[in-house]
Amino acid sequence: MTSVKQVSVFLENRKGSLAAVCALLGESGFNILALSIAEIDTYGICRVILSDTDAAVKLLRDKGYTVRVTEVLVVCVPDRPSGLADVLAIIEKEDISVEYLYSFVRNSGFDALLIFRLSDSERAELALKRNCIKIIGQKQIEEM
Amino acid sequence: MAKIRDPRFECMDREELRKLQGERLVSTVKHEYENVALYRQRMDEKGIKPEDIRGLDDLRYLPFMEKTDLRDTFPYGLFAVPTKDIVRIQGSSGTTGKPIVSGYTAGDIDIWTEMMARTMTAEGVDENSVVQVCYGYGLFTGGLGAHQGATKLGALTIPMSSGNTQRQIMMMHDLGVTHLCCTPSYALYLGESIREAGIDPKEMKLKNGSFGAEPWTEEMRVRIEELLGINAYDIYGLTEIAGPGVSYECEAKRGMHVNEDHVIPEIINPITGEQLPYGEKGELVFTTITKRGMPMLRYRTHDICRLHDEKCDCGRTFVRMERLMGRTDDMLIIRGVNVFPSQIEGILAGTQDVMPHYMLIVDRVNSQDTLEVQVEVTDAIFTDSLGRLEATKRYIGEQIKSVVGIKATVNLVAPHTMPRSEGKAKHIIDRRKL
Repeated sequence: MTSVKQVSVFLENRKGSLAAVCALLGESGFNILALSIAEIDTYGICRVILSDTDAAVKLLRDKGYTVRVTEVLVVCVPDRPSGLADVLAIIEKEDISVEYLYSFVRNSGFDALLIFRLSDSERAELALKRNCIKIIGQKQIEEM
Repeated sequence: MAKIRDPRFECMDREELRKLQGERLVSTVKHEYENVALYRQRMDEKGIKPEDIRGLDDLRYLPFMEKTDLRDTFPYGLFAVPTKDIVRIQGSSGTTGKPIVSGYTAGDIDIWTEMMARTMTAEGVDENSVVQVCYGYGLFTGGLGAHQGATKLGALTIPMSSGNTQRQIMMMHDLGVTHLCCTPSYALYLGESIREAGIDPKEMKLKNGSFGAEPWTEEMRVRIEELLGINAYDIYGLTEIAGPGVSYECEAKRGMHVNEDHVIPEIINPITGEQLPYGEKGELVFTTITKRGMPMLRYRTHDICRLHDEKCDCGRTFVRMERLMGRTDDMLIIRGVNVFPSQIEGILAGTQDVMPHYMLIVDRVNSQDTLEVQVEVTDAIFTDSLGRLEATKRYIGEQIKSVVGIKATVNLVAPHTMPRSEGKAKHIIDRRKL
C-alpha cells in the first residue's frame, strides 16, 4: 500500500497553542507540507504532513506533546471542475467512507494533492489506480 | 501457600484475643496516665481515671489523640519513658513547619520488627528470599521497617533505598531479587522502565511485592502484577503507631489483617466520634497496646475505611481493613454528596494502561456546586479521531455519575499543564468561597 505518515498532535483550544507547535517545528528545520485542524469546544487535533516524520515525532514527544502517527492516502486530484467529485465517486462506489480530508499547501503541476483518511485505504488505492488516479508515496513526499 | 509466622496470635480465637487486648489496654492506659501529662490532663477533663478502664468495652470512653498533639508536644512531650530508654527516633518531614517524631524503646523496635516479619511472611518471604527495599531509608519508616522485617526472617536484604531506577533494575536482575518493597507508583514506574529497557520480566526471579506508603487502587494492582509478573500485596502503616506492618494482606487479598495483639483498630463516625460496628464505613482509629516508648491511645488517622471480622480463608482471625477510601480531610462535599478523590482515581486508572494525571476543580456558580475533572491526554488514550476522544470523555463522565453519584464536567487537557510536586501530587482545587 502506498501510504504517507501523518502526525497528529493533541492541542488545547487556547490562544497561542498552534503557533507554539508551528514555531517549534520551524525552528528545528521541519517543513510543514500540509496541515489541518479538527477542533471541538476545548481541544483539538492538529494533523500535519512533515518532511521528516520520525525526527519530528521524537522532538514533539521530548517537548511533552501527545502525538500519534497515522497512515493516510495522498491522492493527485485533477485540477479541473468535478476533479474532486470524480475521485469521491470512485471511493463511494467501493462503499468506502471518508473520515476526513484536507489538501496540501502546494500542488504538483496541474493536480491538487489531497490527503484522505478512509475506512479502507487499501481498497480505495486499488480502485483509484484502476481509474488512472495517481497516488503519492512517502518517498515522493520527502523529496518535496 | 504462604506460611503464617505466629498462628498463636494471628489465628487466635477472637474471644481470647479480646481478653488479651483488654488486659494490654488496661496496662497501657495506666502507663500513659502516669507518664504523659497531655493525656492525663485530657482524661481528667473527661473525668476518667485509669481504673475506670477495665477492658476492651471501655475503650470507647477514652479521649482521642490527633496528629496536632505530636506537633504541639514536639519533640519529647508524648514520650512515656525517660529518653535514656529511647533507642530510635522515626518521623515524617511534614509538609508544613515542624516534623512529627515517634520514639521507640528497644522493645518497641522488636515489636515493630515482628509485625513486619509477619507481614512479609504472609507475602511469601522466607530465608531463601532476596528482598530489595526501595523505600527511602532514614526518618521515614518505610526503608528501615521493611529492612528489619526481612532481616528478621533471614532473607538476603538489599538496602537500595529510593531513586536511581537504572541501578535498581540492574541489581534486581543481577542479584536475582524475589521480593520487592516500594511504593505502588514506583512499582509501576519500575515495571515500565524494565519493559523499556527491553528486559522480559520472565527473565527475572521476582515473585512477590509489598507495596504501601500511599493509597492505590485495584486497577493499579492488576497493572503492577501484569507488568512485573508478580503477586502485589498491600501493606499499611503509620509512624505514629509503629511504621509499615500495622496491617498486611495475605494471599487471599481480601483486605489487610491488623496486628491486633499489638494494635486495636476502631471505626468511628468522624463527626460525632461515636464508635461504629464492623462493616460500617468511617474514620480509622488506632490504639497501641504493647508499645512503651510512645503509646498512642485512640489516634485518629483521618483515613476512611471499613473493618471486617469474619475469619479469612487464610486461617487468620485478625480483623481485615479494606483499602482506604480516602481521607476525612480530602473528602469533598459537592452538592451534599461525599466525594473521595480516590474514587475518581479508580475510574481513571480503569480507562487506560497508565494512570493519567488529573485535577479536580470544585467551584460554585450561581450558588450551585460544580465539579470539573481535568484529565491529561497521554499517548495511551490519544487517537487521531475526535469521535473516540469524545467517547473516552463521555465514558469517564458516565462512570463518575454512576460510581460517585454526581455530574462532573470532564475536560481533556495537554500533558504537563498540571502542577507537579516532588512528593504527593496535588489533585484538588476548591475555589468555593463559603
